[in-house]
Amino acid sequence: MGIIKGIKRILPTWLKKIFRKKAARIGIYGPPNAGKTTLANRIIRDWSGDVMGPVSEIPHETRRARRREGVVVNANGATVTLDIVDTPGLATKIDFHDFMAFGLEEEEAKRRAKEATEGVIEAIKWLDDLDGILLIMDSTEDPFTQVNVTVVGNMEARELPLLIIANKIDLPEASPARIKGAFPQHPVIPISALEGFNVDKLYEAIANHFG
Amino acid sequence: MAKRTKRKTKRKTKVQGVQIDMISEDFISTMTSMEKINLILEGVKQGNIVILERGLTPEEETKLIEITMTEIAPDDFVGIEIESYPSRQKFSLLGRLLGKKAIETRLTVVGPADQLRTLRRDHDLISALVSVRSQG
Repeated sequence: MGIIKGIKRILPTWLKKIFRKKAARIGIYGPPNAGKTTLANRIIRDWSGDVMGPVSEIPHETRRARRREGVVVNANGATVTLDIVDTPGLATKIDFHDFMAFGLEEEEAKRRAKEATEGVIEAIKWLDDLDGILLIMDSTEDPFTQVNVTVVGNMEARELPLLIIANKIDLPEASPARIKGAFPQHPVIPISALEGFNVDKLYEAIANHFG
Repeated sequence: MAKRTKRKTKRKTKVQGVQIDMISEDFISTMTSMEKINLILEGVKQGNIVILERGLTPEEETKLIEITMTEIAPDDFVGIEIESYPSRQKFSLLGRLLGKKAIETRLTVVGPADQLRTLRRDHDLISALVSVRSQG
């Protein structure tokens, strides 16, 4: 038992040294409007001086996955090269009427809904090609949604590293503690991707977790 | 004394409500992932609430979401509401030796998104509101 345990502990380190990967492919996942693209833009702007894509208050603004390769993150003496995949928001339901509430015409709303369903499928397919996940949650919302539970369950089943980002801590009603309480088995980093609060802690966690 | 005849009239009562299908662990365990997903979606698209005594694995849940997305149609089917307790990891001696984690799934409730609404959920409590589908 002890020998097996020991081998299991050191094997990943050996394998990493032998088959050193160029970059860790990390997916940014979460429900719509949690701030996935804002976070992707923040990381890429901080380390490459560029942005990933547009953001909007209308849900499902990102309806195709976007990938940025070779983003080098240095933090706390550790360096990690990331391929960042910004995925469309995961959802179990998509109703075009929800988009009409934001002022979209019926045709436009239906088109957006159709593209959003395709985006969810694409985000799910990406799960097979990732080395780890940043799961972003809105700190002002109930974290115990099925999407969050399903993503966490998938990562645990695949035994892939997962960092939970408690976003929007700049808002007065934010409660990162609620997220920590819901998923106590995983590290939770409270940040504001929009304002840049606490992102240094996020980069340290990324370098330690995925490096 | 006049014989009092009581005319029995059969009153037909039309029960209105939501059908709930409760599926046992034994039945579910005989099914493949796709059979489970088809069974769930078939029921949910008819407006039923499907309760599984033992739920779906995380991989099956993502497959269910994926197939749900292909079934969404404007003004007809907007998707599903799914509620389950987080799965648990089962530890066994054999599993430890082989380095494999066994996942223990728990009760899962699935319904049409326009009829089932989660009010509150926690590690050990799911509170939901079910509404009758509006006719016409």
